[in-house]
Amino acid sequence: MDFSYSDEQQMLQDSVQKFVMSQYDFDTRRKYLESEKGFSDEAWNLFAELGWLTVPFKEEDGGFGGSAVDLMVVMEEFGKGMVVEPFIPTGVISGGLITDLGSAEQKEALIGAIMEGSLQLATAYAEADSRYNLAAVATTATKNGDDYVLNGTKIQVLNGPAADKLLVVARTSGGQFDRDGISVFIVDAAATGISKREYTNVDGHRAAEIHLKDVKVAASELLGAEGAALPALEAAIDRATLAVGAEAVGAMDSLLKKTVEYAKTRKQFGVAIGTFQALQHRMSEMFIECQLARSIVIMAAMKLDSSATVQEKAKAVSAAKSRVGRAIRKVGQEAVQIHGGIAVTDELDVGHYFKRVTTIEHLFGNTDFHTLRYARL
Amino acid sequence: MNADFTAEELEFQKEVRQFLEAEFPKDIKHKVDNGIRLEKDDYVRWQKILYKKGWVAPNWPVEYGGTGWNPTQKYIFAMEMGLYGAMEPVAFGMKMVAPVIYSFGNEEQKKRFLPDILASNVWWCQGYSEPNAGSDLASLKTTAVRDGDHYVVNGTKTWTTLGQHADWIFCLVRTDSTVKKQEGISFLLIDMKTPGIKVSPIVLLDGEPEVNEVHFDNVRVPAENLIGEENKGWTYAKVLLTHERTNIAQVPNSKLKLRKLHNLAANTPDGNGGTLLDDPMFARKLAEVDIQVLALEYAELRTLAAVSVGKAPGPESSILKIVGTEATQFIDELYMEVAAYHCMPHVPEQFTEGFEGERVAKGTLASSANVYFNNRKKSIYGGSNEVQKNIISKAVLGL
Ligand SMILES: Cc1cc2nc3c(=O)[nH]c(=O)nc-3n(C[C@H](O)[C@H](O)[C@H](O)COP(=O)(O)OP(=O)(O)OC[C@H]3O[C@@H](n4cnc5c(N)ncnc54)[C@H](O)[C@@H]3O)c2cc1C
Ligand SMILES: Cc1cc2nc3c(=O)[nH]c(=O)nc-3n(C[C@H](O)[C@H](O)[C@H](O)COP(=O)(O)OP(=O)(O)OC[C@H]3O[C@@H](n4cnc5c(N)ncnc54)[C@H](O)[C@@H]3O)c2cc1C
Repeated sequence: MDFSYSDEQQMLQDSVQKFVMSQYDFDTRRKYLESEKGFSDEAWNLFAELGWLTVPFKEEDGGFGGSAVDLMVVMEEFGKGMVVEPFIPTGVISGGLITDLGSAEQKEALIGAIMEGSLQLATAYAEADSRYNLAAVATTATKNGDDYVLNGTKIQVLNGPAADKLLVVARTSGGQFDRDGISVFIVDAAATGISKREYTNVDGHRAAEIHLKDVKVAASELLGAEGAALPALEAAIDRATLAVGAEAVGAMDSLLKKTVEYAKTRKQFGVAIGTFQALQHRMSEMFIECQLARSIVIMAAMKLDSSATVQEKAKAVSAAKSRVGRAIRKVGQEAVQIHGGIAVTDELDVGHYFKRVTTIEHLFGNTDFHTLRYARL
Repeated sequence: MNADFTAEELEFQKEVRQFLEAEFPKDIKHKVDNGIRLEKDDYVRWQKILYKKGWVAPNWPVEYGGTGWNPTQKYIFAMEMGLYGAMEPVAFGMKMVAPVIYSFGNEEQKKRFLPDILASNVWWCQGYSEPNAGSDLASLKTTAVRDGDHYVVNGTKTWTTLGQHADWIFCLVRTDSTVKKQEGISFLLIDMKTPGIKVSPIVLLDGEPEVNEVHFDNVRVPAENLIGEENKGWTYAKVLLTHERTNIAQVPNSKLKLRKLHNLAANTPDGNGGTLLDDPMFARKLAEVDIQVLALEYAELRTLAAVSVGKAPGPESSILKIVGTEATQFIDELYMEVAAYHCMPHVPEQFTEGFEGERVAKGTLASSANVYFNNRKKSIYGGSNEVQKNIISKAVLGL
């Protein structure tokens, strides 16, 4: 039994931590959010330079190794600073799909560019009525000669506004909820027939609703075998789920730390509010939640890196998301409550952590979804 | 024991429903039903309609414009308003400052201020809290120093809800700092147009400037604006706090939200061909909060019944505040769960008047996360839920 990081992982953590602490303070982040793009190209290029964009990828594809523990290490630190750069949509989800499904040429063309920082991607999977079921795909791809023609609407496409290319999940056969018949296409974001409704999410991240109307895609842009993409999509979303779980662990640590600090300094009735046992116990409970969340995310990361079956891996991820989701409610709400009025203002960072972790709770399946998935797997 | 309405009460209920149906402006109803942000004018317009009907201030004594209703009628009225989605009059004038004026003000002040509050000609805001006086309100530091026939006010009030709309502010100010902190506080009415007042907006988590900081820099306030006696302000404010607990539980509001939620869940695909209402995990949570609100409603009715036989609402009303706010907040969580991915977009412009495009995300659900964030305030303000529990511990349980 060994829960310590390898030397490489330790170095990775140190370097991300140093960046977040010294170059990603709350005001800098706000500036990035308010910029046109909603994140910083400069920061992104730095991620590339420091090799962090190679983390999601396997050594054979030129990456750092692609382990879930590495991913966890990076994401936890990102969580502490609420990093908004599109690491998950580009690197983890899209990168994961390309790794699993891509041909040698496709990998060659895309993975290097992602790792260099020159390619932004977004995966368009969710639909208005799909909820969290990845197999619920109504968007269609119809074969027409050497092309496919895509029609449908995708929602909540993270990094949709900045993406150079979209990985569009569409149905090539079968009914709306069938597990078979789901394919992924690499589509140029500027292709004819694509229209985007871009917006900012409540946590500051950018996303888009994407409408596809008779979008022509060459058959060579199919990622993987026709109709067989669902397992890879599930695996990619599971990795992203683990990633946001780790991010939440980092963000909740910040929330706890800030709350305890505030409770020691804020005075009411002539004493620090941290002297009230009513609040002390709740901060103890926050601490317990943080520890359990961290523990179960580590469990899931190790499971993903093990030789467990696909089903066992999925089950571990759902366990983590379910438990982290519960921790998010408790830690997020208590952090705000214990701060009092100041925490519901836009000015203080606490409310922004609260918004980010709440969003994470609803990303890639909420607590009920993953609890039930755990029960059924 | 009897919780049935009498024939007259049922008749009254019908009258209220007909009135709402006929008089609650359709454009405002449209906004309420579609989650479009209400403007100052919407509140004022509706309050003036209520005023014309004579129903704007059910809790005021009849001589100042109250309705003379019994507690059951007041309950029916509040319930029907809430279930219809009609806004309660903004509390600051109608429910907060007016009772202080008619209970402790002089005749001159009653004549001067009450008619304009009743007719919604003047918008009031509440200036109690300060940056360092939150839960410990009595430690407030804004000073009012007597100078001839004026008070000179200096200091900063904060969290002033909708202060940007206000014509007047009622403040607790320190007039004596040599005595026990509660004993040196006075209740002062201040015209917001007085030189030296600066209002700076505070943006909340949903992006809206709902509250403000109000700065007072040598603001000269006529001494005739003092309510009651100097240094008795704390007593007045406290009396108000225990008496003005009507509808603090927000039962009608929660019932309406639950009704809508039920409907939304029944029309929300679960992603597997059914609806969210078929999902037993969700249905259970919905039922649990429904039951909680029902228990709360009866707790409130018991409090009202006690008041109707002459007992002052006691510290038990803290129950209503705690459970009412928690129920609202839990319902907000369920809205987000129904919304799933649709709770994430932050597109405030689609919730403003005149927006004509198609909304991102589904209907009112698109604002569910912002509503959740914003309503965290409910367990913080109005005496935080911790402070309410302290009240129960001390005043009810004798700890
Ligand atoms: C089934 C059982 C088996 C046991 N076996 C053993 C044994 O084998 N050997 C042995 O030596 N003892 C044993 N104990 C005793 C046990 O350790 C005591 O019950 C325990 O220390 C609590 O003491 P108490 O019961 O006197 O409760 P109290 O100390 O009187 O506490 C009463 C309540 O007040 C709370 N409380 C106390 N102090 C604080 C504080 N500062 N802040 C907040 N809350 C506080 C407690 O948490 C508790 O809820 C056993 C007890 C039980 C019930
Ligand atoms: C959106 C919003 C609107 C508001 N509108 C108005 C308004 O219009 N006018 C106005 O005057 N004020 C208004 N307020 C202020 C509100 O009344 C205060 O926020 C409230 O009194 C709490 O004070 P605080 O925020 O300074 O928190 P603090 O008093 O600093 O409390 C911080 C935490 O400590 C806890 N705490 C404090 N004392 C104790 C104790 N003894 N035991 C246990 N826990 C304790 C609190 O419950 C809270 O969790 C508003 C506040 C908000 C957020």
